[in-house]
Amino acid sequence: MMGSTVIITIITLSLLALASSVILYFVAQRFRVFEDPRIDEVQAILPAANCGGCGFAGCRNFAEALVKAETFEGLNCPVGGATVMNEAARILGKVAEVVDPTVAVLLCNGSPEFRPRTSRYNGASECRISHSLYLGDTDCSWGCLGDGDCVRSCSFGAMYMDPVTMLPVIIDDKCVSCGMCVKACPRHLIELRKRAKKDRKIYVACQNCDKGGPARRACKVACIGCGKCVKVCAFDAITMENNLAYIDAVKCTFCRKCVVECPTNSILEINFPPRKPKAEPQAEVAKV
Amino acid sequence: MLKTFPAGGVHPPENKITAGTPIKYLPVPENVIIPVTQHIGAPASPTVSKGDSVRAGQIIAAGKGFVSANVHSSVSGKVNKIDHIIDSTGFKQTAVFIDVEGDEWVESIDRSSSILKETDLSPEDIIKKCLDSGIVGLGGATFPSHIKLTPVSGKHCEVLIINGVECEPFLTSDHRLMLEKGEEIIAGIRIMMKALQVKKAMIGIENNKPDAIANLTKLASAYCEISVHPLKVKYPQGAEKQLIRALIKREVPSGRLPLDVGAVVHNVGTVFAVYEAVQKNKPLFERVVTITGKYLSNPGNYFVRTGTPLRHLIAAAGGQPENTGKIVNGGPMMGKAIVNTDVPVVKGMSGVILFDEKESVRKTIEPCIRCAKCVSVCPLGLEPYLLMTLSERNLFEKAERERITDCMECGCCSFTCPANRPLLDYIRLGKSTVMKMIRERNIK
Repeated sequence: MMGSTVIITIITLSLLALASSVILYFVAQRFRVFEDPRIDEVQAILPAANCGGCGFAGCRNFAEALVKAETFEGLNCPVGGATVMNEAARILGKVAEVVDPTVAVLLCNGSPEFRPRTSRYNGASECRISHSLYLGDTDCSWGCLGDGDCVRSCSFGAMYMDPVTMLPVIIDDKCVSCGMCVKACPRHLIELRKRAKKDRKIYVACQNCDKGGPARRACKVACIGCGKCVKVCAFDAITMENNLAYIDAVKCTFCRKCVVECPTNSILEINFPPRKPKAEPQAEVAKV
Repeated sequence: MLKTFPAGGVHPPENKITAGTPIKYLPVPENVIIPVTQHIGAPASPTVSKGDSVRAGQIIAAGKGFVSANVHSSVSGKVNKIDHIIDSTGFKQTAVFIDVEGDEWVESIDRSSSILKETDLSPEDIIKKCLDSGIVGLGGATFPSHIKLTPVSGKHCEVLIINGVECEPFLTSDHRLMLEKGEEIIAGIRIMMKALQVKKAMIGIENNKPDAIANLTKLASAYCEISVHPLKVKYPQGAEKQLIRALIKREVPSGRLPLDVGAVVHNVGTVFAVYEAVQKNKPLFERVVTITGKYLSNPGNYFVRTGTPLRHLIAAAGGQPENTGKIVNGGPMMGKAIVNTDVPVVKGMSGVILFDEKESVRKTIEPCIRCAKCVSVCPLGLEPYLLMTLSERNLFEKAERERITDCMECGCCSFTCPANRPLLDYIRLGKSTVMKMIRERNIK
């Protein structure tokens, strides 16, 4: 009695398993989804940061796009840079576009020293909220709000808030220029600029489009739109629009003439060696 | 049983300190700053330039388009300059700076105190006068009033509702107006009824103003078509849709206007302004402002010319106390803190409240405990905790489906939250983002 129950059970289950496996086999054949094996290959070499810097939802989506794409035009992984893109091009038998590596730069230098606080914001501390409520706690309606939306958006730990200047600081070595902070800033104060040798940078650290007077009153290091830098630049790298100078990072040759010329010190030079005395005749006069 | 709206609502401490203080006239300041946009809609453009002489009541900025309003000079004097200022909303806008010389008004304005109860003007002429006089909704939304008085084809207005609720704590400007200018308000209601061609008007007043209710009931008894309705005290009863629900038991559907349920709502302040514009030819350049605060030595209600810098009003109320932490334009529930005391008084400013440092500091934000208090107090039946989370995480499409655009920003959710979560801050952000998304979609 006991033995026959066991045997019947085994036989029934085996038959069931056999039947299901046959059904499953045909269903799998019928509804097979073909996936290009190259997608996995390409994904394997991508940085797996899923940062969205390429404009796709994640690395997998980017890999799919790369495999589908006819040419690599407009497709770039800012995190992996040329190495990863060339590797992907090798796998897919295409040519990678040459894209200059970029780095995020903060276009505001309005620390409390230069830009005094005139009111105090007491609400949910997010830049996007305070930006939607009023012009900010200083008289400058263009500058950094200092609540750190950009820092929170950075998934590479490349930013932190400086407690003294109340401005975010970008760590060049860690920045992969994914552009998340650019999107997070409600005042559009972060720009992705071409990365130069030794991370040297010359840029106008201001976005204030007000006229000279109000801009200067609000912040001591604001661009007042005087146009001196435009005149001194021999390479047509500087343009003036809406009372605001802009230095083209591609055209700029790092001659540093504009930095000296700027009356409000709104043009910053970063990672340069100290100037030689002869390059600065004004300093010599001061010494005498 | 007193009428009220059924869903949600809160009972903040009333603090109507100035309810017993009669309205005084604030002296005309030495110079005024009149913003050219004091309404919702298309900005007005200045019609005067530097050096021009103006008189009180003269138009200085003309409205452009249908949803717009004129702005008039509130003083006589010379235009000093036209420049940008930071106004009471915290944003920059163009304003006309006028140096005051004397107090000369445009001749057509009737400055006598006689009360003219009847008007011979046709509905079109009444609306035209409101348009010319720059009348906007004085309850705070500053929506141009002539639009709400203009009949819409296909829609029938059955009842004119007059909003004398004043549900915001602290504010007493409407309360005082109903007490002191009752006859003018009744005359104004009859003018507006004529413009709208309605047979029935209802005045809704919260039960915490028994003197105003008694005064208007007495005055309205002469007219069978005007009735006064005391309402149970509950915030936000002064909101248009809530008041309609309380008075005529009709619900305005989401995204629709009061006219769709046959009602038009006007604030008592607006009624008074309409009376003055139609019967006295006086454009809207003066309004009642409550200046209050627990630490002010002399809080009160004042007739203030628009453009008067706020510091004059604060000085009249006994000066700014040393420990002032926040100055709020409007009521404590929906008002907005101002950035400095140079901002001018505008048409939409019903009150100014000074809070001390202790009162104005926000409490520490704690995690949501899912108590759903915010859901139960939301007068619109929304889920504030959810809308906040969606806005926080940038899930705006989902927030749109959850009807974030229905939020009227009454602040009941933030007020009631035991974890002090900044619900309204995030909902407001989400709402503005969703509105922007909808606008962009409509353009496409």
